[in-house]
Amino acid sequence: MIVVSDVSKSFAGQRVLAPTNLEVPRGRTTVLIGPSGCGKSTLLRIIVGLITPDSGGVTIDGAPMTAATALELRRRIGYVIQDGGLFPHLSGRDNVTLLARRLGRDPDWIRRRVEELADLVRLPQAALDRPPAALSGGQRQRLGIMRALALDPPVVLLDEPLGALDPLVRYDLQEDLRRIFRELAKTVVLVTHDMGEAGFFGDEIVLLGGGTIVQRGTLDALIHSPADDSVRRFILAHRLPGMTAGDHR
Amino acid sequence: MTRRATIWGLVAAACLAGPAGAAERVVIGSKGFTEGIILGEILAATVRHAGGEPVHRKALGGTQIVFQALERGEIDCYVEYTGTLAAEILRDDAAAAPEQLGAALAARGIAAGAELGFDNTYGLAMKRALAERLGIRTIGDLVARADEPAIAALEFAFSDEFVRRADGWPAVRAAYGLRQTPRVVDHALAYKGIDAGSIQVTDLYATDPEPRLHDLVLLEDDRRAFREYRALILTRADLHERAPAVAAALAELAGTIDGPTMAGMNAAVRVDKQGEAEVATAFLRERVGWDVAPVAADGFRRLVHDILRATGQHLLLVLVSLAAAVVVGVPAGILAERHPAAGRWILGAAGIIQTIPSMAVLVFMVPLLGLGWRPAALALFLYSLLPIVRGTATGLASIPGHLREAALALGLTPWERLRLVELPMASRSILAGIKTAAVINVGTATIGGLIGAGGYGEAILSGIRLADAARLMEGAIPAALLAIGLERGFDRLERWLVPAGLRTAGR
Ligand SMILES: Nc1ncnc2c1ncn2[C@@H]1O[C@H](COP(=O)(O)OP(=O)(O)O)[C@@H](O)[C@H]1O
Ligand SMILES: [Mg+2]
Repeated sequence: MIVVSDVSKSFAGQRVLAPTNLEVPRGRTTVLIGPSGCGKSTLLRIIVGLITPDSGGVTIDGAPMTAATALELRRRIGYVIQDGGLFPHLSGRDNVTLLARRLGRDPDWIRRRVEELADLVRLPQAALDRPPAALSGGQRQRLGIMRALALDPPVVLLDEPLGALDPLVRYDLQEDLRRIFRELAKTVVLVTHDMGEAGFFGDEIVLLGGGTIVQRGTLDALIHSPADDSVRRFILAHRLPGMTAGDHR
Repeated sequence: MTRRATIWGLVAAACLAGPAGAAERVVIGSKGFTEGIILGEILAATVRHAGGEPVHRKALGGTQIVFQALERGEIDCYVEYTGTLAAEILRDDAAAAPEQLGAALAARGIAAGAELGFDNTYGLAMKRALAERLGIRTIGDLVARADEPAIAALEFAFSDEFVRRADGWPAVRAAYGLRQTPRVVDHALAYKGIDAGSIQVTDLYATDPEPRLHDLVLLEDDRRAFREYRALILTRADLHERAPAVAAALAELAGTIDGPTMAGMNAAVRVDKQGEAEVATAFLRERVGWDVAPVAADGFRRLVHDILRATGQHLLLVLVSLAAAVVVGVPAGILAERHPAAGRWILGAAGIIQTIPSMAVLVFMVPLLGLGWRPAALALFLYSLLPIVRGTATGLASIPGHLREAALALGLTPWERLRLVELPMASRSILAGIKTAAVINVGTATIGGLIGAGGYGEAILSGIRLADAARLMEGAIPAALLAIGLERGFDRLERWLVPAGLRTAGR
């Protein structure tokens, strides 16, 4: 369970997050959605402890995220960075297995795990042995996901993880990820700007805007009873089939 | 080609390892100009003649460095000038008199030995023909007849050092009341000017070969304005106990070299391009009656051997200093990048060190570390710091923020992040810094030739001193090749050390 209580953050006097509360129950998936620059990535960074909030705090399964606990907690969190964040000096495989090797996992176990994960994200074996610079954007995103899942963490945070994939691969990967999240009861926060993806993954969808939570609920609730005009416009902008401006009058 | 100290020592040891039994090793020093080196070779040959094993640490540097080496017992003897001792070491004009000098030196564990017989003082010189035509024989004549138009029209041109030194132009002007305003010119150019007739009076050392070459006459210093620079053998006070035969032979040199003889030997080396050692043994054979066999020279093998030895010494200097600079510089670079406030200090200090002339570093270091490779390596170490610190700090600073985040978020400890992510990502820049330091070091390591550390500097410096291009190339060409080789080596190392992903991404 992830609990975010009264977390706020400003950068150079510019408020990015107003005091915000969020709970993600164990085994559930919360999707953060909202216009670009509304603070989605900032909120994820605060949850992983990369940014210290100006106020409030975060607990992961009851343990508060502090400087002292960060190292331990982070190893139980898989974090997929917005643009992959792969280390350019390591091959794909070494990126995925870096922490496992550091923690002294059995090499055979590591090898099998890499195969499993490559199967899961449908990454060709050859791509594993190339440096990130020699891979396509989609392959890099898939490696980023493999790295986040390598140690089978109970908590997974994903920052626009599938943006660079072509639609067919994305479709399959969405299916596989949701199956994993459900079957293994992962606690997940996923950031996307795609309403369809939000509806597919989200037990709850949280719409951020202007540094605060504008509305939270299911996709249906967002579509059929938008909290205000900004939500309505945000949803309209996605041109979901069968929706026109008249639907909500 | 000139002989080299070590060969002398080795061959001499081989020759003498007979009836005399274990020969006493006597280390001779010399100052860094032709006369000093010739005198060093004379001392070395004298030691050999007396059954000792000489080691000549050639052209060690200036007065301070050589005198301190003697004081510390790193060398056993060398030839110094009384005027220089009084002015630069004892800082007491009265001390140039033999009795005072002896006492002052004894207090420092040094014995004032034989005076060789010549006085290498400053002098003023004119074209012989002109001096005879004007009837000028002494400096006093210039003053007494200053009102004659022909005398008033004489142009004076002196070297910068002569004009500045208190015992140079200021002394002679005050003593005679000379009113001419001298021009300051380079020494070599002054001789050209005198030949061309654009200047008429210049300064020189009494034993310079130039008077003979340019047909100059030295004006007599009738009022004794110039200090005396009588050449004097200085030895460690205990030398006569350690090596009585050597001390006795050195004493026999007293009065054997008069001014013209010394000038002749200087000319033999500087003008006729003879080796200092040949000139020294020829002098001992002809003037003292000692037949000290010159060391047989097999030109090519000698050359190869010398270059190999210099290469070894040069590499030792470069690599030892570089390794130390890596060990210190990389952590300093990490610190500089982590703490910008400390970083400003670290980079500032490394930058200031860079601007200190190498001679100044040596003058500071030799008293602490003695002669040889240590002070040279320390100077090179100091010069290597800036490129390495800077390469490390900029390499680390250029790691993109999201990759630092990725490493953090993965749950790596600070040490793991540094070792597994940050240093490998900065490896290119760090290696570039090390490469720069190495190549610069190859050039700077020529200072080793000044303080007995050997290396290519020995040949380069003596080539410059003697205007001997072949000798200079003997050091300069291998130094250039070594720099290129090291650069190549580092390119290899880069291919091997820098991860493939960075190399493709970086270009
Ligand atoms: N380290 C930072 N320093 C200053 N401003 C930042 C920093 N990180 C994010 N911001 C600003 O905060 C706002 C929210 O950023 P972000 O959380 O990345 O938005 P998004 O919702 O698109 O992920 C943006 O205006 C961004 O410019
Ligand atoms: Mg973002």
